[in-house]
Amino acid sequence: MVQVRDAKTADSVARPGQSEPEQVTPEKIPEGIALEINGESYAHTGDPAMPLLWYLRDVLRLTGTKYADAAGTGGFDRVLVNGKPVSAITQPMSSLAGKRVVTVEGLSLEDGRLHKLQQAFVDVDAIGCGYCIPGWLISASALLARHGKPSPSDDDINELPNFCRCGRQTQIRQAIKRAGGADA
Amino acid sequence: MKARSTPDNALSRRRFLQVLAGGAGALIVGIPSARAADAANAASAPIPLAWLGDPLFALDAFVRVDADGSVLIGARDPDTGTGVATALPRIIADEMDADWGKVKVVALGLGVSNNNGKPRWTYGRQIGGTGTSIPVAWNELRGVGALARWLLLQAAAAQWKVPASQLRCAAGMVTGPNGKRLDFGSLAKAAAKIKPPAKPVPLKTPDRFTLIGQPAGDVDATDIVTGRTAYVIDHHDADALVAVLVHCPWPDGSLKSIDTEPALKIKGVVKIVQLKPEPGQPPGQTVIAPAVAVVAESTWLALQGRDALKLEWEPGPSASQSSAALEQQGRDLVSDKSQGTDQPPVQPTARVRDEGDVDAAGKQAARRIDATYVQPWLAHACAETMNCSVRLEKNRAVLVVPTQAPQAAWQVVQRLTGLKPEQIEIQVPRVGGGYGRRLQHDFVAEAVLIAKAVNKPVSLFWTREQDVAHDYFTSGCVYDMHAIIGRKRELLAWRQRMASASSLVNRGVPDDQLWRSEISPNQLPAGLIENFRSDWFGQTAAMPRGPMRGMPDVHGAFAAESFIDEIAHQMRENPLDTRQRLLGEPRQIPLVGGGTLDTGRLANVLKLVAERIDWSRWLHTVNGLGMACWHIDGAYVAHAIEVSMTGKELTVVRAVCAADIGRVINPLGLEGQLAGATLAALSTTLHAAITIKKGQVQQQGWKDYTLATMPQLPNKVETIVVADNDRPPTGASLIALPTVAPALANAVFRATAVRVRRLPLMPELLRLR
Repeated sequence: MVQVRDAKTADSVARPGQSEPEQVTPEKIPEGIALEINGESYAHTGDPAMPLLWYLRDVLRLTGTKYADAAGTGGFDRVLVNGKPVSAITQPMSSLAGKRVVTVEGLSLEDGRLHKLQQAFVDVDAIGCGYCIPGWLISASALLARHGKPSPSDDDINELPNFCRCGRQTQIRQAIKRAGGADA
Repeated sequence: MKARSTPDNALSRRRFLQVLAGGAGALIVGIPSARAADAANAASAPIPLAWLGDPLFALDAFVRVDADGSVLIGARDPDTGTGVATALPRIIADEMDADWGKVKVVALGLGVSNNNGKPRWTYGRQIGGTGTSIPVAWNELRGVGALARWLLLQAAAAQWKVPASQLRCAAGMVTGPNGKRLDFGSLAKAAAKIKPPAKPVPLKTPDRFTLIGQPAGDVDATDIVTGRTAYVIDHHDADALVAVLVHCPWPDGSLKSIDTEPALKIKGVVKIVQLKPEPGQPPGQTVIAPAVAVVAESTWLALQGRDALKLEWEPGPSASQSSAALEQQGRDLVSDKSQGTDQPPVQPTARVRDEGDVDAAGKQAARRIDATYVQPWLAHACAETMNCSVRLEKNRAVLVVPTQAPQAAWQVVQRLTGLKPEQIEIQVPRVGGGYGRRLQHDFVAEAVLIAKAVNKPVSLFWTREQDVAHDYFTSGCVYDMHAIIGRKRELLAWRQRMASASSLVNRGVPDDQLWRSEISPNQLPAGLIENFRSDWFGQTAAMPRGPMRGMPDVHGAFAAESFIDEIAHQMRENPLDTRQRLLGEPRQIPLVGGGTLDTGRLANVLKLVAERIDWSRWLHTVNGLGMACWHIDGAYVAHAIEVSMTGKELTVVRAVCAADIGRVINPLGLEGQLAGATLAALSTTLHAAITIKKGQVQQQGWKDYTLATMPQLPNKVETIVVADNDRPPTGASLIALPTVAPALANAVFRATAVRVRRLPLMPELLRLR
């Protein structure tokens, strides 16, 4: 498994003042499944049947996406693939060539500030044990992107397939509405 | 399961608070639980805080004040979502007048040192999710903060050459005469050199609390929403192998045949390990059932290896058991089929409580009311499945364990490795739910045995199927209720008979005490009715059982609070009136085992939910209104629930919960606990049941042991907290569970005229309608 940054990124990390090597052997274009995760380029050269969940967790050690079950029931393993929320365990790597994946680690803004949903979950203390929260954030981020303002209605929120074993749905609902701009 | 520390005990502990000077001018205050602990021993204790990057300190302590003013506070009890990692440190921070904004909370992991070969628990008792963390900490940990504050004040007094009594302390600053100010950081070095007083320093008076009673968000919130919080399931040593298990579907079955070849042909599958429960070991301390583990270089490879295994299991002696047969047996036991026959009456296994003369009261009966309530087997279904990370080295074991009870986990590791107490390190990061499941350490035994077999570090991972089907379940139960009503419509006598399979079997508990996990001698209406009898009938079942959050009160409350509603209905009475009359004048009724039932506090929470939901419309509204109240160990709760029924759709329109748990440490955390327990209990009550057929659990994950999704739950839970700050705090994690099911069933009855006496509620409601 090779992590590849695109040429532009590679250029930008070259130190200024460093002398150019006399001969540059162009790097071989890596084989494998190229995809983008949280804005970074990756190429998966392992088993194409491997679900995205294990690629994220075992290979990249992006462990914010949690295991739910073999079908993603309850949504702990939700990620955005080209903006659509899906269960990472249901997505074989072979289906992800050229796709853009966003995990909970990629929700925060580039300057490190929290996404408005993340901030709302913190503000209303929609946490509990916290294990299901990344999945809710991903599902809700797609909902907000779809709705923008006005904030999602209770019926919209009811469409989310996510579980919370701690029963913090009162606070979760409140946080989603708050992030959508409602006073809730 | 509930250990309570008495104030005396806490006082003696405070005498032995420790002060250590760290490097770079840090003040460290610790609380060794053993009486003779010496500083040298404490300082050589393992460093639980590798992430600090500061090898100078052995933080055998709860509080550390650094020269830069930052304050580290250790959270000793595992946080499974109960909020103790926030509440416990705030108790300490308040006593020391720390600036909460400068406090960092550290999960302490297990604190253990060697006391002549026996473990000495560095931080005292460490257990989470049993409703006791806060009451115990209230007695034990406040002195830690008070001593830190005292030392800092003495340091400032010495520097300014004024008596400490002239100094004030607030938000991490000491203020002296003429408005001079010093922050804690600049005083830490000097404070660390001051000898602590022989007598415990006085604690704050409650009027001076600044953090206790104020709302605070979860200390881990930002890490959780950014995906940075590493649960054990996220922990992975670089050279660790991943183990995935298949358990025998019969807990007492065995492996008949195995073909490992196809699995081992997969590149990256390293080894197949067979596991068996060790004979003679109590449940929860050894493997839960015979199992085969596939050990591989990654989770994906281990899962593929598992799929390639060819296994045949042999059923054991329990292969004919079923939950249906157990239910029928329970019904037969409690209904006493001997009545009207020549058969001798079935004797209860235990007479849990017997007051007055129930039989004699029967002679004055104007009316008798009977009902039987049936509740299913239940699983814990934690969000984070069972898992464990273990690294065994020569003379050392390092484990990362999602446990509620690290000291119990230590026992298992020690037995299986033979290591000395201090050679076993157990880290406990945030835990994805516990509910009592993680008081059992079968998965720790599995991980250690697998790591031994492969001689490499191992991350054990249970799939959801394994997690739901291989649990220490709550036994199903049958309650038979019998009320004797007098001529003036007074409740003359109450007789309840319960049958279940005790979760204390094989756990070293004498036979005549097995009822203790199943039924509480104090559960309502005990103490309120002159003639009262409570009997328990033990059943035998092979399926593993263990403690569950809220049990046995959840069982008792569904039966008793449904039955009171039925009595009210039979007597054509407002169920609120029936309950209030039963509670009577505010008074203290002694509880078995200590403490009292304060009927006034119970009546108060009942009144609060009635007002909030506008109970006056109970008879007239198209929707159904239901209520229930309960008490556990000095904490009081009531629920009022409003439902509507359209076709086959039940909608929970409103849910109101009022609780009085004594002093409130963190109102925001408490609100989350109350609302959370309400929705978690609704989810279970509506749908959840484990069924056993031919000795096997039929549910194989969340497909068939499901949790409620948003539309099945009310949009919000309205919570009312009675701030009873003159009383010590009690636990909050269990209190809101028991009243949900009866309030719901009572509301459903008003909405549909269908009385649901068997859970889960939805299938039974649809069957009866």
